Amino acid sequence: MDTIFALATAQGRAGVAVIRISGSEAFEVAQVLCGALPGGRAPALRHLRSAGGVVLDHALILKFDGPASFTGEDTVEFHLHGSVAVVAAVLQTLGAGTARMAEPGEFTRRALENNKMDLAQVEGLADLIEAETEAQRQQALRGMSGDLSNRIEEWRSKLIRAAALIEATIDFADEDVPVDVTPEVRDLLGQVRRDVAEQLKGFSAAERIRTGFEVAIVGPPNAGKSTLLNALARREAAITSQIAGTTRDVIEVRMDIAGLPVTLLDTAGLRDGQDEIEAQGIERAIARARDADLRIFLQEPGTSLPISPLDGDIILAPKADERSDDAAAVSGKTGQGIAKLVSDLEMQLLQRTAAAGLITHERHRQAMSQSLSNLDAAMDRVESGPALYDIAAEEIRTAVRSLEVVVGRVDVENLLDEIFASFCLGK
Amino acid sequence: MKQFDVIVIGGGHAGSEAAHAAARMGVNTALVTMKLEGIGVMSCNPAIGGLGKGHLVREIDALDGVMGRVADAAGIQFRLLNRRKGPAVQGPRTQADRQVYQREMQSIMENTPRLSIIVGEVTDFLMQGDRVAGVVLGDGTEIAAKSVILTTGTFLRGVIHIGDTSYSGGRMGDKASSKLAERIDSFGLPLGRLKTGTPPRLDGRTIAWDQLSVQEADDEPVLFSFMSKAPALRQVACGITHTNAKTHDIIRENLERSAMYGGHIDGVGPRYCPSIEDKIVRFADKDSHQIFLEPEGLEDHTVYPNGISTSLPQDVQEDYVHSIAGLEQAKIIQPGYAIEYDYVDPRALNADLSLCDIPGLYLAGQINGTTGYEEAAAQGLVSGLNAARMAQGGDVVHFRRNTSYIGVMIDDLTTRGVTEPYRMFTSRAEFRLSLRADNADQRLTEFGVDLGCVGNARRMSYQTKKEKLENGRALLSGSSYTPKEIAATGIRINQDGTRRTAFQLLAFPDVVFNDVKRLDAALEEMEPEIQEQLSRDALYANYIQRQQQDVEKLRKDEKHAIPSDFSYADVTGLSAELTGKLEKVRPSDLAQAGRIDGMTPAGLALILGRIRFLEKKTA
Ligand SMILES: Cc1cc2nc3c(=O)[nH]c(=O)nc-3n(C[C@H](O)[C@H](O)[C@H](O)COP(=O)(O)OP(=O)(O)OC[C@H]3O[C@@H](n4cnc5c(N)ncnc54)[C@H](O)[C@@H]3O)c2cc1C
Repeated sequence: MDTIFALATAQGRAGVAVIRISGSEAFEVAQVLCGALPGGRAPALRHLRSAGGVVLDHALILKFDGPASFTGEDTVEFHLHGSVAVVAAVLQTLGAGTARMAEPGEFTRRALENNKMDLAQVEGLADLIEAETEAQRQQALRGMSGDLSNRIEEWRSKLIRAAALIEATIDFADEDVPVDVTPEVRDLLGQVRRDVAEQLKGFSAAERIRTGFEVAIVGPPNAGKSTLLNALARREAAITSQIAGTTRDVIEVRMDIAGLPVTLLDTAGLRDGQDEIEAQGIERAIARARDADLRIFLQEPGTSLPISPLDGDIILAPKADERSDDAAAVSGKTGQGIAKLVSDLEMQLLQRTAAAGLITHERHRQAMSQSLSNLDAAMDRVESGPALYDIAAEEIRTAVRSLEVVVGRVDVENLLDEIFASFCLGK
Repeated sequence: MKQFDVIVIGGGHAGSEAAHAAARMGVNTALVTMKLEGIGVMSCNPAIGGLGKGHLVREIDALDGVMGRVADAAGIQFRLLNRRKGPAVQGPRTQADRQVYQREMQSIMENTPRLSIIVGEVTDFLMQGDRVAGVVLGDGTEIAAKSVILTTGTFLRGVIHIGDTSYSGGRMGDKASSKLAERIDSFGLPLGRLKTGTPPRLDGRTIAWDQLSVQEADDEPVLFSFMSKAPALRQVACGITHTNAKTHDIIRENLERSAMYGGHIDGVGPRYCPSIEDKIVRFADKDSHQIFLEPEGLEDHTVYPNGISTSLPQDVQEDYVHSIAGLEQAKIIQPGYAIEYDYVDPRALNADLSLCDIPGLYLAGQINGTTGYEEAAAQGLVSGLNAARMAQGGDVVHFRRNTSYIGVMIDDLTTRGVTEPYRMFTSRAEFRLSLRADNADQRLTEFGVDLGCVGNARRMSYQTKKEKLENGRALLSGSSYTPKEIAATGIRINQDGTRRTAFQLLAFPDVVFNDVKRLDAALEEMEPEIQEQLSRDALYANYIQRQQQDVEKLRKDEKHAIPSDFSYADVTGLSAELTGKLEKVRPSDLAQAGRIDGMTPAGLALILGRIRFLEKKTA
């Protein structure tokens, strides 16, 4: 198999750049540049030289013997100084040798091929690479460490046991095994059904961690929504002015709250539209606010808006700095009440993520809800007795297959292409 | 030198079916067997069919094979197994009169046009370079053929064990094929060792039948052949008795004298057909095992005690048999024994059962690591059709997983190989709901007509049935009814506003044909056989539609043929382990490659990529 190499860190200037070389000749290929490789797993410092003997960089060298490496093959990593010129020179020198530049996703593909990872783990890795926040990172790490794969393996073996019990009564009907298998089958199916349903419930939270929460700020014009957004985001994202109705479109600011990715939405002030464009803006604002995961209402106590708060939404009075009453209020201008607002937000969001399960991708959700409906059907048929055992067995078989789709045991070539296409070079 | 198109070696279940199939295809065929009376011999249990096995017999019959017809002629106790479960898992079975079965089989073989029977032992092959081009008999006679089918069952290096005595033999009373075994050695085929056993045979006149409970034949016998109407012979009952604590004690005390437990046998035996020694060791908490006492024929006093196969010494067999209720005075006519034999790793075979490395030679039956008459016969059929096709210069006849149990078995054998004697089960068939014993003719008879292996009588009878089924289905699906109209006939139905046809109603497990008759008077006219068949089709219609998606996927992958000279070593990214497995199995298409143990989706993608690359290069 070819020995491949690529830049494993992001393109462009950075503190450190890592070039990875993997394949049966990885050691030889690396030695051409760095001379003797470190003996064990401990890193060593070496000069990298071009074919002409010119020193390219003073780099940290890591050596991994296959199969105990990411790809399962012999692997060497060069940790270079992250200069564009250094990286280009090293890649060029490597390219002149026997190894070739890796295709997008090829390292991961090799890891998958060598059974170092299964599909769910690969997806976890893809998420990890893209993780922006701490919660995302943790979740992705969980995906990659195989938690989901392990659960699926556990469900799968329970379902296979259930199927085997039913099959025994079918295929050995003429023999001496007429024990009633229904109670155990019912029990096994019930356990898996409960677990799968629970994970499905946790899906939306988990997906939120991956894709981010939306928090909308709503209120009448001039309540100080944009100022609050700016204060929260600590930068001038929305245009703020004193003229009511300035924010016509929905303005989004991405930020990190309690390690969770949050998109704050600043919406048009809710009032009867003065002109058509503003009316449209308001309609859009209402729609977006409804779809958001959480809303912060900035409104005077006792007033009402075209949209009302849902469970968990935060309601505050505007302009805390100008008020004399003791209503809970916030001011973007002075920062009064912001700390409390942020901690309330944190609490709300963390509460929602507590339920997060192991399934984080729409693809997982689809496969698992398919499995769930097969399990329901199977349980129903089992209760009808042996006359429908053949159909119950078919439902269980389909349920197992749906679960297997998640870890990529069967029929996933298209999906593979998709996953690998979404990888950038060298990861 | 005599010259044939196809020569079949061995007249067992595989050999008879193979020879008959080749002759039906219109080629000159010879069946070489050690003894004329050896044709159609049942080495073990005198019964045909069962779960999964009954399906195979129906499929053989749908292609105009012989096993079903002969079993119907010899059946003395027809029972449809799983009668109370869904039709997809019901399997026809019968006890057979051993002598009648042999007689019928011999007479069919002797009276088949283009089929010559030659009595003799094959001791060698005629070779033309690498190619097998005929056989040599024990007396030196040479016979040439375009293709040769080897179906010698347990005769390759067969060793019979009774207790601690053992001797070479193909089965009790027959010698093993040692000379041929040497020739086969020279081919360097991957061989393995398996074992199987059989119980002692009892003299029925010495059994106290009046003390035993009995199992009767079905009141409405279900036969094997689509061409048969009623059993030919009188139906009899089987006796039922049980082992007891004393039996178990005797066996336990003598375990080390059993060939199997005394360490005399290395071959692997079937887990699903354990010897009585095995049962007692492995299920130590069970204090009793059931035994069926099956008469071997109407005129025969021999009784086959199903459930106590053994390799204990003869005196221990006497003791434990006598400890069983009803058998206190039973006389043993022939002791039980175990047999160990060579088999060829079936992964060395192509889907037509020819050997990948030795052109002109096909293998069928127990020699491929299977057990059972039906499995042997089904392989015989496949090899016979294909050897004939080869002689005619035609393409390979493929049996697919989604259209037959035969296809499931061939694919399992050639793709996965065996770890114990392979027996058919309904659970092996992932498309079980559509591969039913009741619709084998609808699945296969036309296929057989196109191949040329189905005779006129069956072709016409199937044609008539098919028209009736089509008309019946049109009638059932022609009109739809409101829930109100349906409820008026007494059928319980959701008032959900959906109109349903009578065919859709029959998909509900609690709706039977008599219920829907009230919707349309014309349905009264339909023949009962057609009513029943359409009800069974309707019951699974929804699931079959769902499975259709899987079938599509399978078809898509089957379309990606892997060239026979494809080099897996050239596929970048395949692990050494997978490369090794693929080189061994040499799958014919991507679907088969996907079923290889340990295959990964990424691996498949790599192979597919390589196939496309090669196609592009040659295009
Ligand atoms: C002791 C024993 C116990 C068994 N128990 C069971 C069981 O419990 N359950 C079950 O399902 N199955 C059982 N079987 C298996 C079943 O009998 C076989 O699987 C089936 O009969 C195999 O069919 P076949 O055509 O491959 O071989 P066979 O039926 O064995 O036929 C082989 C034929 O080849 C002929 N032959 C061999 N060598 C030569 C030669 N050199 N030249 C010419 N002719 C030759 C023989 O004379 C014989 O006619 C048992 C078999 C035996 C022997």
